[in-house]
This record gives sequence, structure tokens and C-alpha cells, in this order.
Amino acid sequence: MDTIVCLKQVVDPELPQWDFAIDPATKRQVRMGKPLVISTYDENALELALQLKEKTGGKVTALTLGPQGEVKDAVRLALAMGADEAVVIDDPQSPQRLAADKASVLAAAIKRIGRFDLVLTGCESADWVERAMAPFLAEALGAACVTFISRAESRDGALSVRRTSEEGFQTVDVRLPAVLSVTSDEAIRPRLPKVKDIMAAMRKPVANWTRADLGAEDAGGAKGVEVKDVSIPERTTKVEFLEGEPAEQAEALVARLRALKIL
Amino acid sequence: MPGILIVASALEGSMGRSSVELTGAARNLAGPLSLPMSAALVGQGRGIGQAVETLQQYGVQTVYRCEHPALTPGQSDAVLAALDLVVTKAQPELVLISADTVGREVAPRLAYRLRAALATEVMSLAVDGRAVMARRQVYGGRAIATLEVTARPAVISVKPRAFDVPQPQPVRGTVEEISLTIDPEALPTRVREAQSERAEVGLDDAQVVVGGGRGVGGPEGFKLLEELAAALGGAVGSSRPPADEGWVPITWQIGQTGKSIRPNLYVAVGISGAAQHVAGVSGSRTIVAINKDPEAPIFSLAHYGIVGDFRQVVPALVAKIKAAKGA
Repeated sequence: MDTIVCLKQVVDPELPQWDFAIDPATKRQVRMGKPLVISTYDENALELALQLKEKTGGKVTALTLGPQGEVKDAVRLALAMGADEAVVIDDPQSPQRLAADKASVLAAAIKRIGRFDLVLTGCESADWVERAMAPFLAEALGAACVTFISRAESRDGALSVRRTSEEGFQTVDVRLPAVLSVTSDEAIRPRLPKVKDIMAAMRKPVANWTRADLGAEDAGGAKGVEVKDVSIPERTTKVEFLEGEPAEQAEALVARLRALKIL
Repeated sequence: MPGILIVASALEGSMGRSSVELTGAARNLAGPLSLPMSAALVGQGRGIGQAVETLQQYGVQTVYRCEHPALTPGQSDAVLAALDLVVTKAQPELVLISADTVGREVAPRLAYRLRAALATEVMSLAVDGRAVMARRQVYGGRAIATLEVTARPAVISVKPRAFDVPQPQPVRGTVEEISLTIDPEALPTRVREAQSERAEVGLDDAQVVVGGGRGVGGPEGFKLLEELAAALGGAVGSSRPPADEGWVPITWQIGQTGKSIRPNLYVAVGISGAAQHVAGVSGSRTIVAINKDPEAPIFSLAHYGIVGDFRQVVPALVAKIKAAKGA
């Protein structure tokens, strides 16, 4: 199974709140000097791709779109985890772009990579959370689409996947080629590369392309959607701490809930 | 009929609350933009007739009814085929879809096919001139983005439970039958089976929710939380770590990746208050936090805070609630 995994590099979402700020010029999170990581679910997607490769053979290609100077660590980690090769599309503006804008570039890159059975993305990016990339790519590539999957196994030349739904899980049969978005599961915790993997990754091929190479037009916004404002909501509540021993704290809380007619 | 088209889902044989919420969301736009409201009603089964009546009760003037045995839960490809037909007929300016399992797949795909603008996971909608102003959470709920949607057509997916069920606004509407001819076997995806996870009281609709986090320590800890929820007549949920660790079913997860809830009372136990979780609970009317760390960020969101070991606090609380209810 030949798989292409789309990886996005984001500012570490675990940064404490005091270190989180919006740049008024770009209307995006301040990136300068902040640690960058592969977006959480994208790393799960890579792990799933590697596990499928271990069972069925084939090749795993890591594909990333970003400012070239920023993505080296992400690419190196992906190759050390076990991706066979990587493609980097240099786009200094990518942190400001919305999914619709980036999907056409990624789809062009996937077509240029050529053969694939499967494209995997994270179910959402840690920063902009549009949850739209996999469906967009499926349309652009004429492939099947299932989102929010946590497991996948190869079955008679197709895939059987587990999709998270409101009520629980659905088992979905999917024809190939397919584009799937991946959520989390105990079985796809990203592996930690060993030193020898990190060394081996140095010799793996990395292709560097630009948007222009792929014939992508610089449309600026994403088809009539403009980000007008990004603001950090102010918390207006002030907590009242209930003091004393557990029984006293419980009694105080029950009294307040009764006053609010919740009890 | 150019206007606002909502996607009403009766895939389970009847129409759920999320579709009615969409009529409320659409009303924010229909008035200021002077646009009529129509619905694509997709599904199967006996509940379809009732769904038409419900939509008309909530102000939908034209219902494009598309029934087909393949329009069942999770069958996004069949829903998309149905919507292709409806939008060709209705030529809507705006399409509103609930961002549920099917909607989050269908909304971007429909936008792509219509060359439409797309805004996903929207939590509030307003109009500025001709533009639709859509607000949504970004950065794990740490910030709110306002998107200005000027293009037409535009597809907007709406987060379930972000909008209330509106007041009825009955209209005498028309129904147009849309005939879908697809071969279910020929669709590229097929739902083979669905499993429900245990949930006695539905998290989505519970008035009281007790949520547990990493600090609950394991499945045993959640037993205490279930006792508290039972005493309060509510449901149990969790932040991401317990769901990731497999302590609780994934359907219990509340937060940006899981469910969004707006109960009267939310009790957060052993939850630090990561932005990802806060995103899903900040609409709760009253928030109580129980945590051993007085510096935990959850206390900046809570109305009442209890610093202590939940293993002692929760049983004490269960006893006092039972006593209060008995009194």
C-alpha cells in the first residue's frame, strides 16, 4: 500500500496560556521563537501509515506545506519514524492560508508524486481546526473519503476502517484510492525513533518544491472567506473557593447549588 | 429557489435536534438578508412525514424531500449524491449543514463541487451588509475567529448544540420530491456496522454533566464520578486524556475534538483546564471545579472551586446531595 501522509507544522499547542498571543498583522498566533511541532493528529496519521506499510508493504511519503526554513524538524522526525521519503512545498504564506487554498496545492503535489493508494491527514489541525482537508483532497483527487477514523486494516484490496461517530463507532468499507482523516487511538500512538533511525533518516530523499512548481496560483484568500478578527476571549467569572474539610466543602457547594435551583 | 438551504437529516429514520437547530441558525441570516429558507430533507423510513411537518413548524418554506434506502446513518456518499440533486434544483446562496459525522465529510465536498466558499464548525452567525459573519473557535478554543464570508454560494457547517432550538414559526410550505437513483453497492464507502458505546444519559442533552480528567487516575476513579452524576441526575464525560488512555469510551470525550456541551451545571473533576477541553464546556451555565492543584487553569473558568482530593470530596458531595434531596 503506497501512502502519502500530509503533515502540518504548528506552534506547540501545549504552550501555556501566558505564552499564547495573536499577531494583529497576520491575525494568527505569534510563531516567532515558539517551538514548532507536527500537529497532534497528523503524527497519529503517520503512525497508522507506517503500521499499514509493515503489514502490507509499499511506500510511505511524508508531504508537508510550509515555510521551508521552519519545517526541517518535522520532516526529519517523519523520516526517522519510518517514512521512506519526504516532499516539502515551500510556502512562506502557508500559516495564513485556509484549507481550501492549501488543498489545491497539496492535491497538485500528490498528483505529481504519482502513484498512491491512500492519502492520510490528521482529523483536524491543532491551530485552525477546519477539519476540511481530507474531504477537499478526496474531491480533488477523485478518491473515496472517510474522516475521523482511528483504525484501518487492509481487506481484499480495499480497507475496513473504524470511524468515530456521535454514538460510538462505525465500521466502514472503503475502496481505494481513498483519503482518510485520522483521530487518536491507543494503537496508533506515534512511535519514538531510535538513534539509528535518526541516523538513517539523514540519507532519505527529500524533494523541495514551490507553489509555482505546482502551478498553484496565489489566490490570496480562500474563495471569498476572509479572517476579519481573531481574539482571545476574556474570562469574566471569578471563582469562589469553598474552604474546609471535604464534608464542609460539600455542604457549602450543595447550599449554593440549591440557591441556584440546580438542586 | 435561491435562498438559504439547510440540510435536514433523517438518516436514522427520524429527524434529530441538530436539524431543528439549523433552522435557528438560518433565521439569523434569513431575515437580514431577506432570503427564503428551504431544506434538503434526506433520509428514509416512516419518520420522514413527521420531519416535513416539523420543518414547516420552524419556518421552512420549501422542503426538498429525498428518500432512498441508501440514506442511512454514516452514508456520506449517498447524502452527497442527494445534495447534488437538491442544490441543482434549489440553486441556494447559502447551505447550512450540521457538523456531525456525515456533515463534516459532506460540507467541504459539497463546497468543492459548487466552487463555493466554506466555513466549518461555526458557533454563531450574523450579517454585515451582504456578508455573513461566522464565528468559530480556533487554537484549541484559546481564541475566537470571525470569518467574513462574501462569496456565493457558501457552505457553512454548524457545530451541534451551538444554537438553541428556536421558537416555532409555522409556515404553510411546499414539498418537492427529489428522486435519487443510486446503486448502494456502487458507492465507494459503505457502513458495515455501527456500535454504540454505553451512555445511560445522553451527554448532548444532559442538564448536569460530571467530567473527569487525567487527575481521576483510571477507570476506578470514574466509578465515583458516575455515583456523583447519578446523585445529580446527570451524565458523565471526560477530557481527552481519559478517552485517549481508554479509561472511558471515546464518546464521553468533551472538548474541541469531542462533544460540545451547554448544561446547567458542569462539574470538572481532576481536569486541569486545557484549552482543548475548555472549548467544549465554556457554554455551561454554572461550572464547579474539583482539583488538588489550586493553580490549575480550570479554576479561572469555574464559578465554584474546591481544592482537595476528589476521592474524599466526591463521596462527601454524594452524601450531602442525597441528604439534601431526601430533606
